[in-house]
Amino acid sequence: MESGISPDVLARYEAIIGLEVHAQLKTASKIFCACSTRFGDPPNSNVCPVCLGLPGTLPVINRRAVELAVRASLALNAQVQERSRFARKNYFYPDLPKGYQISMYELPLATAGWLEIEFDGQVKRIGITRLHMEEDAAKALHEGFPDSDRATYIDYNRCGTPLVEIVSEPDLRTPAEAQAYLEELKQTLEYIEVSDCNMEEGSLRCDANVSVRPRGDGKFGTKTEVKNLNSFRYLARALEYEIERQIAALEQGERILQETRLWNVAAGRTETMRSKEHAHDYRYFPEPDLLPVMIDAVWKQEILEAMPELPAAKRKRFVAEYGLTGYDARVLSATRELADYFEAVAGAGAAAKSAANWIEGELLRRLKESGSATPAERIAPAELAALIGRVESGEITAASGKRVFARMFETGEPAAKIIEAEGFGQISDSGEIERVVREIMEREPGNVAKYRAGNEGVLKFFVGQVMRATRGQANPQLVNETVKRLLAG
Amino acid sequence: MTNDARLTVAGIRADLAAKKISARELVTEYRSRIDRENPGLNAYLALSPERAFAQADRIDRMVERGAELPPLAGLPLAVKDVIATRGIPTTCGSRILEGYRPPYDATAVERLEQAGAMVLGKTNCDEFAMGSSNENSAYGPVRNPVAPDRVPGGSSGGSAAAVAAGLAVAALGTDTGGSVRQPGAFCGIPALMPTYGRVSRYGLVAFASSLDRIGPMTNTVADAAALLGVIAGHDPHDATSAAVPVHDYTAEIEKRVAGLRIGVPREYFGEGMDAEVRAKVEAGIALLERLGCRRVEVEMPHTDYAIATYYVIATAEASSNLARYDGVRYGVRAPADSLAAMYRKTRGTGFGAEVKRRIMLGTYALSTGYYEAYYLKAQKVRTLIARDFQQAFEKADLLVTPTSPTPAFRLGERTTDPLAMYLADIYTVTGSLAGVPGISVPCGRTAEGLPVGLQIFGPHFREDLVLRLAHAFERAGGSQV
Repeated sequence: MESGISPDVLARYEAIIGLEVHAQLKTASKIFCACSTRFGDPPNSNVCPVCLGLPGTLPVINRRAVELAVRASLALNAQVQERSRFARKNYFYPDLPKGYQISMYELPLATAGWLEIEFDGQVKRIGITRLHMEEDAAKALHEGFPDSDRATYIDYNRCGTPLVEIVSEPDLRTPAEAQAYLEELKQTLEYIEVSDCNMEEGSLRCDANVSVRPRGDGKFGTKTEVKNLNSFRYLARALEYEIERQIAALEQGERILQETRLWNVAAGRTETMRSKEHAHDYRYFPEPDLLPVMIDAVWKQEILEAMPELPAAKRKRFVAEYGLTGYDARVLSATRELADYFEAVAGAGAAAKSAANWIEGELLRRLKESGSATPAERIAPAELAALIGRVESGEITAASGKRVFARMFETGEPAAKIIEAEGFGQISDSGEIERVVREIMEREPGNVAKYRAGNEGVLKFFVGQVMRATRGQANPQLVNETVKRLLAG
Repeated sequence: MTNDARLTVAGIRADLAAKKISARELVTEYRSRIDRENPGLNAYLALSPERAFAQADRIDRMVERGAELPPLAGLPLAVKDVIATRGIPTTCGSRILEGYRPPYDATAVERLEQAGAMVLGKTNCDEFAMGSSNENSAYGPVRNPVAPDRVPGGSSGGSAAAVAAGLAVAALGTDTGGSVRQPGAFCGIPALMPTYGRVSRYGLVAFASSLDRIGPMTNTVADAAALLGVIAGHDPHDATSAAVPVHDYTAEIEKRVAGLRIGVPREYFGEGMDAEVRAKVEAGIALLERLGCRRVEVEMPHTDYAIATYYVIATAEASSNLARYDGVRYGVRAPADSLAAMYRKTRGTGFGAEVKRRIMLGTYALSTGYYEAYYLKAQKVRTLIARDFQQAFEKADLLVTPTSPTPAFRLGERTTDPLAMYLADIYTVTGSLAGVPGISVPCGRTAEGLPVGLQIFGPHFREDLVLRLAHAFERAGGSQV
């Protein structure tokens, strides 16, 4: 915000932030019916009497959705309740076909969890108040139709997609911390394959509760809820705006109103959506159409045993097992796919540090450039290991290695084939190198004479000429020796 | 087949097999009865001749092939209009669903058709099953075939009248607080409310989800047993339907009743009860004793709180269940220039007075600040009422009470006094809250000739016992005590 508040003033305040994150669960079918959850299908093609809320229909819980939600709870170190219960959240909106959303209220699926974030080299534990399941609403389409000025269209495909809502404690103190938390949460949910966390497609959505207080104050200030923070960039910008807005108001002696605000992407500010007086009374009550969700120790154990390694554990293991730096471990474990790829390359015989360098440098750069996501589809891990082996053994130069890598990335062909076919093999034939050196000496009698007169700096010139003539493929050590020997006469 | 012939499930099946009659003839006969009688009774709201004839032809082809006929082969069936039927209007007696045709069948309807029943049409009822007289239908009241100036009871008044008038051999009703049993009593036919969870609610348009049940209304207890056998059992579409094994009710009802302990709760014989009803129910109990049953007195101390409890829970759930009628996707939409105005006008004009009253009551009961005092408190009392039943069933195998404190009242007699109307459910709502099965079986008539109903409650999932006692009572001449 162009508030003009001086940094001194800002520094006197502290922000209190809690996030409410909605993640779509990665199930094939919806939470209460058999319709597909596929994104991008023609509007209203994945619907049935149940998800359209037709009179007389009833919800039946998707067991897989419960499993994924429990998996998320366990990954977030939360206490999974033996008995939880769906509740109805009542409000009117055309995207809500029953006039209520089936959610959880007084008995959520899990409580009292935490997630550690690393920030400025510090580890901070962020509390998670609760995790509960609910159904997604339909999508209201207010734009893009000839009569959009008069009508709203509704696509019920998304309606009934299973969601988990993850509510953090008000433990975050800066927009950057909030961003780090959301990143860690997203990575965790992706790792355990609970959610795609695709923010563009809306499978991960975020709202924030924000308040400020003078530093050192024990009491929280009045909070506002900021909605529509659906990218990392918007999250940070909206939080910065909202924090400064609140500080500016307090500085002017105003009170903060408890309200729901909406992040206006275009205007770059938060705006009042509804005040406390107009807050909905959702009239929650237990959903009578569903039995309580019972999760016994056996089921919980099964889910726990199927749990993949979590990002934090993987980072620690990469440091311990492969001797990587903390930085390398973090980069390589960004996604499960990349981490698995690294381990496959290392497993195929490449030195861990070299594998890390190649992956973090060449591979990630090229993946980014080409906009592709799946490393193994471009270069099989064993092939990357083979290439690394050729470079490490001195069979080809590092420079050639990079060129071979590029060809492998483009064609998918094995390293050996490219090296052979394209003449990338290093010239280690001493006869061949001697021939080139003699040729250059004949061309440059003046420089030969300089060397022999004691100007040893000319040695570099000759080496450079040889490398140039061999397009960098000559074994540098052998070139050095040969040049020295022949110049000496 | 004469006009007042009371056909039965077993009789029809035997006559079809013996080729004494065809299923098509049956449909034709009931169609002509309906054409003749329905304009006066207003029991049917919609007819489904194509579907009935198609089913009749299937049955007749089976007869031709000499195939084994399904248990309800050729049964002329009426379905209460709060139960979804594919392609057939399902209005719930409400303006707001005028013209609505569901794209699917309720599980109960699907199962009955698979068992050979022929769906003649949809029967009138109080709007969204809210009422005790059928006078809350947006499509006009139903008359009691026994006494046309009187109500048939409600909310399943159309189903009761159709069966009692011979316009169907059996009907599906729904019971939330007495809506199957009380009209059964008023029209003089057996009417069963099964245990909560015994019959799938899938396709039953919800009024109060934790109370709603589908039940058969028939000419004989044996027919009720036959229908229950078909519709009972777990349904993967209804999470609250129970996986408890289903009895062979048709066989069970033939078992002896001598030695059964019948509990008589004195709380059901208090003030406000019609003297003739009392006398008939006492006579009915005496008949059961003559059949060898042992009368035991039981106490059900929380009975007095049942009406209040029921009307808090039922209206709370209704306020949520009826939110979907917003004019957006189906049914009637009142044109307006904003979303809020469209909601207000659609719901304001689409719902009748009683439905609006209950939505408001329920909305209030669930609101912040009142939830604990009303909804939560009511749930606690509900538990106490259920405990009353549990304790009574430690002393008695079954409980016997009147179904309604009065016989059928006159049309218009109670429409201005909602509270008096609510008290018509005073003996039925207890069993609804407790989730136990109950039946109303004809128990003599008043001097004016109005039917009286005897209500029998059993423990959860003991429809076999309830039906057994009702069957013995009926056979021993219960309807003439």
